[in-house]
Amino acid sequence: MADTLVAEPVVAPPTPPRPQPGGSARRLRRRSRAVRYTFRAIVVVYLVMLVGWPLTLVAQRAFGKGLTDIQELFADPQIRHAFILTVVVALISVAINTVFGISISILLVRYEFPGKRVLSAFIDLPLAVSPIVVGLSLVLVYNGRSGWFGPALESAGFKVMYAAPAIIMATTFVSLPLVIREVVPVLQEIGTDQEQAARSLGANAFQRFRRITLPSIKWAVIYGMVLTLARSLGEFGAVKVVSGNVLGVTRTATLVVEEKYLNFDKSGAYATAFLLALISVACIITVSLLRPKDQG
Amino acid sequence: MTTAVTPTQAPAPPRRRGRRVREGQLTWASGVGLGISVMWFSLLVLIPLCAVVITASGAGWSGFWSSITNEQTLAAIKLTVGTAFAVTIVNVFMGTLIAWVLVRDNFFGKRALEVLIDIPFALPTVVAGLVLLSLYGNGSPVGVNIANNRSAVFVAYLFVTLPFVVRTVQPVLAELDREVEEASRSLGASSFTTFRRVVLPSLIPAIAAGATLSFARGVSEYGSLVLLSGNIPFQTEVTSVRILSSIENNNVVGAASVATILLVISLIVIVFVDIVQRRLARRG
Repeated sequence: MADTLVAEPVVAPPTPPRPQPGGSARRLRRRSRAVRYTFRAIVVVYLVMLVGWPLTLVAQRAFGKGLTDIQELFADPQIRHAFILTVVVALISVAINTVFGISISILLVRYEFPGKRVLSAFIDLPLAVSPIVVGLSLVLVYNGRSGWFGPALESAGFKVMYAAPAIIMATTFVSLPLVIREVVPVLQEIGTDQEQAARSLGANAFQRFRRITLPSIKWAVIYGMVLTLARSLGEFGAVKVVSGNVLGVTRTATLVVEEKYLNFDKSGAYATAFLLALISVACIITVSLLRPKDQG
Repeated sequence: MTTAVTPTQAPAPPRRRGRRVREGQLTWASGVGLGISVMWFSLLVLIPLCAVVITASGAGWSGFWSSITNEQTLAAIKLTVGTAFAVTIVNVFMGTLIAWVLVRDNFFGKRALEVLIDIPFALPTVVAGLVLLSLYGNGSPVGVNIANNRSAVFVAYLFVTLPFVVRTVQPVLAELDREVEEASRSLGASSFTTFRRVVLPSLIPAIAAGATLSFARGVSEYGSLVLLSGNIPFQTEVTSVRILSSIENNNVVGAASVATILLVISLIVIVFVDIVQRRLARRG
């Protein structure tokens, strides 16, 4: 692997020629270039075969008959409902996770309290838990018949399980750490100098947050929100368990993909999948375009 | 370019002396904020996850043991853990290689590759399954049909775990001091020796953290397999599918028992990654 080390870096300023033992510098450099090209080729082929090509095929199949498949899709009011439900749920969970994420990040970085380390480790848990387990755990606590809190909430007239609140909870659960993971390192890096200066000049906590902290974590919050949005729009397993999957009521866009595919409506499934893929690829590209500006 | 897998949860710079200094102590407002945040986190995450473990223990040890040693469940757990392990090994090599190429090489289209790596992270899992099915399913343009086959599980895991090792190794590799490598080369070490003795030791913690995350992601995967693997008992049925079918059959205790196994794996992963990241942060 390290053969590439001898290769001249393409962007770096020219380095003085390195003395090579045995005087076979040219042969060595040629060999190292071959190694570099081999690595590059392996990586490109691997990524194209695993991600790139399959993704373009979905686009191809979605537009197999031009735009008709996508038009047909949106002609169905229940599919429209599924997409609207997905977008609304995703926006709500982005809002919840942004507020929650910013406050938890500030608390974790700026304050000391007992149990802080445990909390900071547990915050990552939703990324490692299976979506099915997420769904199951919410069902166990919030179902209306035998759940821990479900019957009480239901008798208070608040139906959680197999309704919109459960979908929102499941979606918020799985995308919970994303804002925090973006904001915490930025908060750690900027330190507290400016905040202290603002405090000494008489700014109150809210002013300090709005004028000092928020502008410096702005981009991190936006990346986190975009990632949360992508994750929320695409949640499938947890939503499948908690939603009840009722057509036109609690069926989300990802559930439509499965349903259509299993009902042999492959072009409909591909069209829906294409739309979802388009959104998530757009999110990723947005993040990768925004990010370098921040470092400048 | 998500940092979701990079070491971030490093501890705040030591502020233990915060007892004396006012900064760092909870004020009235931040205390209320902490209370609300922790309560929300408990209601959403901690209490439901506890409910899984408590429900599993409801049937006693023998009930728990019999539901996880059920032949079909055991086959599913073996398939899941075995495949996730194999995929993780592939990811350790391919992920490090990809990170290497992205950091040290420069060529036209590198930005596009960066985007490709993050796609599995953002793509809805059920769409990921469909995406893979379009190239490796029935009527595949490359003439490979892995649908309803064990290798489908392998490929699906490979897809969804792609970003983890790459994204943990990449920042560490980018920060490495190249002068040390040049010194090693100038002292006559071969490039392989330089990699093994100089570069690899500093990458190992990052590779370990990435590999653990990728293992956890593989074990917990559900969505991409639904359409791809056919979920045939004893052949392509993975643990999360098994849990779902238990839920659908109203066997809540059985579902919770198997879910507890997955939860324990997730917890071990979280603790391990936390320790590795603390070590990385201390060194950095």
